[in-house]
Amino acid sequence: MKVLTAERVRLLVPSLSLAVLLVAVFWLQPRTMSYTGLNLLFNLAVPIALATVAQMLIMMVNDLDLSMGTFVSFVACVTATFVQTDPLIGFAILAACIGVYALVGALIYLRNLPSIVVTLGMSFVWGGLAVLLLPAPGGVAPDWIRATMTVKPPFAPMAIVASIGIALVAHWLVMRSSLGVVLRGVGGNERTVERAGWSVLRARATAYALAGFFAVLAGMCLVGLTTSADANIALRYTLLSIAGVILGGGEFVGGRVSPIGAVIGALTLTLAASLLSFLKISPDWQIGAQGAILIIVLAVRLLLNRSEARGAGQ
Amino acid sequence: MTMVRQLFGKPWIWAFLATLATFVVTILFTGGASTVGLTQAALTFGAFSVIVGLGQMFVVTLGPGNVDLSIPATMTLAGTVALKVMDTQDGLIWLGLLVTLATGLVIGIANYGLIKLLRIPPIIATLSASFIVQSAAIWTNRGIRIKPPELLAQFSTTSTLGVPNVAWIALLISIAAWVALERGLYGRFVSAIGQNMRAARLAGVPVDGVRFATYVLCALLAAITGFLLSCFSGGAALNMGAEYLLTSIAVVVIGGTAVAGGFANVPGIWGASLFLFLVVSMLNTYGASAGVRMLLTGVIIIAVIVAASRRPSR
Repeated sequence: MKVLTAERVRLLVPSLSLAVLLVAVFWLQPRTMSYTGLNLLFNLAVPIALATVAQMLIMMVNDLDLSMGTFVSFVACVTATFVQTDPLIGFAILAACIGVYALVGALIYLRNLPSIVVTLGMSFVWGGLAVLLLPAPGGVAPDWIRATMTVKPPFAPMAIVASIGIALVAHWLVMRSSLGVVLRGVGGNERTVERAGWSVLRARATAYALAGFFAVLAGMCLVGLTTSADANIALRYTLLSIAGVILGGGEFVGGRVSPIGAVIGALTLTLAASLLSFLKISPDWQIGAQGAILIIVLAVRLLLNRSEARGAGQ
Repeated sequence: MTMVRQLFGKPWIWAFLATLATFVVTILFTGGASTVGLTQAALTFGAFSVIVGLGQMFVVTLGPGNVDLSIPATMTLAGTVALKVMDTQDGLIWLGLLVTLATGLVIGIANYGLIKLLRIPPIIATLSASFIVQSAAIWTNRGIRIKPPELLAQFSTTSTLGVPNVAWIALLISIAAWVALERGLYGRFVSAIGQNMRAARLAGVPVDGVRFATYVLCALLAAITGFLLSCFSGGAALNMGAEYLLTSIAVVVIGGTAVAGGFANVPGIWGASLFLFLVVSMLNTYGASAGVRMLLTGVIIIAVIVAASRRPSR
C-alpha cells in the first residue's frame, strides 16, 4: 500500500501550516494550551469551516460563489428571528433558500452563465433580504442552537469535535459516496459525465443545493455563537471561504478539492487572526498580515510541490 | 433592416437598451424635471465605473480565472497617498499624479509577481495583495481627511461643454482603450491569450509580457480612479473603493465582454456603467428602502445577464 497518495500529499501543506501556527500560538500564550483556551481559539472556526465546505462544493464543479458571505448573513438573520419565534416558517424559509441555490446552479448551467456574475447578483438579493429582515442588529438565537454550540464534550472542546465531524462528513460525501464521484467528475470533465449517462444539470443543481445546505448550517452555528444577528454579520465569509479552500489544497478547476483540507484551511485562517493579536501587531496591519500569511503558505506549497515533482522525476 | 439586425448582434446593445429603459422610467416618475441633473450625475458616477471597468475588462479578457480583486484597495491607497502628498497645495498636483501612478505601478507589479512566482490563481494573488494594500491605506490614512487642492476639487466637480470633466477623462481613456483593443497589437495579443494561451504562446505572442502589462494597466487605472474620486468627493475615505469591486466585474460582464476571456468590448462598459448608476437612482426616485433597493439591483443584474446570454450550442 502506498503511503503517500496524491490525496495525502495534498493535505500535507495545510496540516503543516496549521501545526506551525498552533505551536507559535502555544509558545506566545501558553494558557491557550487548555480545554477552554482551545475552545476560545477555534470557536469561530466552526461556522467558517462549514462555509468553506460549502464554497468547496461549488468550486468542485468549477464555479465560484461570491454570495457566500451575504447568504450566511441572511441565514443568520432568519435563524435569529423566524426560527426562534415560528420554527415552522423559519425552517420553510431555510429550505426555500436551499431550493434557490439549486435553481441558481441550474440557471448557470442552462444559460451557460458565468457563476461569478450570477452569484454577485445573488449577493445583492441576499443582502437586500437580510436588511429588510433585520434593519438594525438584533434577534435572539434559539435556545437549542445556543445549547448545541456551547455543549462541553469530554476530552476535546466542542469546536474541535465539531470541526472533525464536519471534515469527516464532507470527506465521506465528496470523496467516498458515489454522488461525490459524479460531482467531482462534473468538475473534471463535464462531457464525459454526460456521455456516461448522468444528467449534468441534476448534478450541478445538487452540488449547489448541498452548498446551500452547508451554508445554512454555517449561518445557524454563527448565530449560536454570537447569540444575535445583523445583516452584515458574515460578509467576510466570501473571501475567507475561498481562501480556506485554496489553503486546504483545493484548486479552482478540475474538480480537485479536499474536504479535510478545506476544514483545516478554515482553522488555519481563524488561528492566523488569533496569532496576530497575540503578536500585538498594530490593528492597522492585521488584515495585511493575514494576506502575508496566505502568501507564505502558498509559497511553501509551491516549494513542496516542486521538490515532490523532482522526487517523482528521478 | 440588415443594419438593425447587425446592431442587435452587437454584444453591447443590451446594456444600452437597459440604460435607456431605466432612464425613461426614472424620468417618467419625475415628469422630466430632473433630466439634466440625472444625466450629469450618471455621466459623473458612470465615469468612475468606466475607468476601473476598462482595467478589469482587459484582465478578464486574458482568460478564465483572471480577475483583479485588488481594485478597491488600490483606489483607496492611491487616493489617500496622493492627497497626503499634495497637502491641499495647487503647486504639488504634479507630484500627486506621479505618486498615484507610482502606487498603481507598484501594486500591478506585485500582483503579477505573485501570480507568476507563486503560480497561484489571480483571484487569490490579487486578494492577498489587496489585504496588504488595504493595511497600508489604513496606516497612511489614520482617519484624517485631507482636502484635495482647490484647483483639482474644482476641476473634478465642474463640466466643460455641458459634460462633466471626469466623463471627458473617462472618454479619452476609453478611446485609447478601444484603439489599443481593436487596432493595436496589444489588444490583439490580449484577445489571443484569452482565446487560447497555448496557441498564443506558440504563435510567438509574448504571453508573460502582455499579462504583466495588463495587470499593471488595471492597477494604474484603479489608482487614477481613486485619485479622481477622492478629489471629487473632497477627500479620501477608507471604504471609498469598496463598491467598485462588484461594480468593476459587473460592468465588464453586463457590457458584453466574454467572462471566459478572449473577447473584450469597450462601448459596453459605458452602457453597463450608466445602467448600474441609473438602476440605483431609479429605485431611489421611487422611494425604495435600502433593502428593497439592493434586492431589486440584484434581480435586475441577473435578469439582464440572462437576457443578454445566448443559449449555448451543446
